[in-house]
Amino acid sequence: MIKTDILIIGAGPTGLFTVFEAGLLKLKCHLIDALPQAGGQCSEIYPKKPIYDIPGFPEILAGDLTKNLLEQSKQFEPGFTLGERAESISKDKDGIFTVITNKGTKHQAPVVAIAGGLGSFEPRKPPLDNISFYEDKGVEYMIKDPEIYRNKNVVIAGGGDSALDWSIFLANINAKVTLIHRRNEFRGALDSVEKVRELKNNNKINIITPAEITKLNGKEKLESIIVSRDKIDTEIKVDHFIPLFGLSPKLGPIADWGLEIEKNAIKVDTFDYQTNIAGIFAIGDVNTYPGKLKLILCGFHEATLMCQSAYQIINPGKKNIFKYTTVSGIDGFDGTRKEAKKPVVQAINE
Amino acid sequence: MSDVNLIITDRDGKTHKVVAPTDMAMNLMEIIRSYELAPEGTIGVCGGMAMCASCQCYINSDNNIPEMEDEEEAMLSEAFNVKENSRLGCQIAITNELEGLLFEIAPE
Repeated sequence: MIKTDILIIGAGPTGLFTVFEAGLLKLKCHLIDALPQAGGQCSEIYPKKPIYDIPGFPEILAGDLTKNLLEQSKQFEPGFTLGERAESISKDKDGIFTVITNKGTKHQAPVVAIAGGLGSFEPRKPPLDNISFYEDKGVEYMIKDPEIYRNKNVVIAGGGDSALDWSIFLANINAKVTLIHRRNEFRGALDSVEKVRELKNNNKINIITPAEITKLNGKEKLESIIVSRDKIDTEIKVDHFIPLFGLSPKLGPIADWGLEIEKNAIKVDTFDYQTNIAGIFAIGDVNTYPGKLKLILCGFHEATLMCQSAYQIINPGKKNIFKYTTVSGIDGFDGTRKEAKKPVVQAINE
Repeated sequence: MSDVNLIITDRDGKTHKVVAPTDMAMNLMEIIRSYELAPEGTIGVCGGMAMCASCQCYINSDNNIPEMEDEEEAMLSEAFNVKENSRLGCQIAITNELEGLLFEIAPE
């Protein structure tokens, strides 16, 4: 059981900055994210894209913003549950929330901050008949245990980095890999493209392009696929089919938590971004209110105000006053202290 | 600068006649969002960087629209329900050339 003050769902920019603002109020945070790394969309979709509207940064790459936010929050020692999706929530008689992930990890906190962006990232599934029937019976959208593919016939579909990288990885552990893509060109790191070309020249990978998978066959489990190329259909025997067409965000289980939802977003009170359930806040792109703009800088503002109310819930009646970091410095939970240098007060005439 | 008229078929098959400004640096995806013709979170997910294909459209008239660039072509090659006339709405800027454009929003 993981216990914390503020449980943050979503480790994107808004979630990460919450750790900092909470830390100033001596509140500890733990973050849950469905992705295996922090940063949300900034690291998953566009790490190399420049952002121009972060105050004080005329230009910053989304990946660098994530790195900086992690650095800024590090002194407040946030905990992370990554690669797991927040699944269910319950509140006990003392007002403590328990959030359980899809992998069964339990978290407890008096305050929950949903900073889930557009939702948790789920694999995009190709629109093939019966594909859901074959899920976990030969069709996998994510590679969890590469060992199961050793010496097996594996078809990977897709044209981006993950299709290339996994083709290389699986070919190197002796899976019989066929890579299928709708175009001849692949959109990936130059290095990966070259490695795949080399494996192809050494007959370690079979590439079929431009082609498309049109049908899945098999009685109990997946046995073969139909590949269409130049309008000619070919049947290929397979043990595994791994479609890698990227991820798309879905609000997911949060939509069933009893929160008021409008236009795929959670309705909040703009006083402190609390939802209709006391103790659950929603900040950043996941919330909606009159005048809402889905901007990182608005998420930072919402996180800051939210922490003030979180403090009141966690420390009822305990006095506190808002302070400037320039005045009071920062005391990290890791024992570090940051503060302005004291001015030199010295007589010049002795 | 003037406005152009567009005819958009939404994902439920309903047709909408809309007016789009040519001087606000908008694109087809943003017009769809501004008229709320597709639910938020199902369109323009990546914000308009040709990185998600949630704004795929089928262009059904012969307006003179800009050629596809590599990024758009690569993204469409990984998208689903792609047809000959598929384009990413976020990559088509609203210009006077689009007057009378007929297009359909592709399934989610």
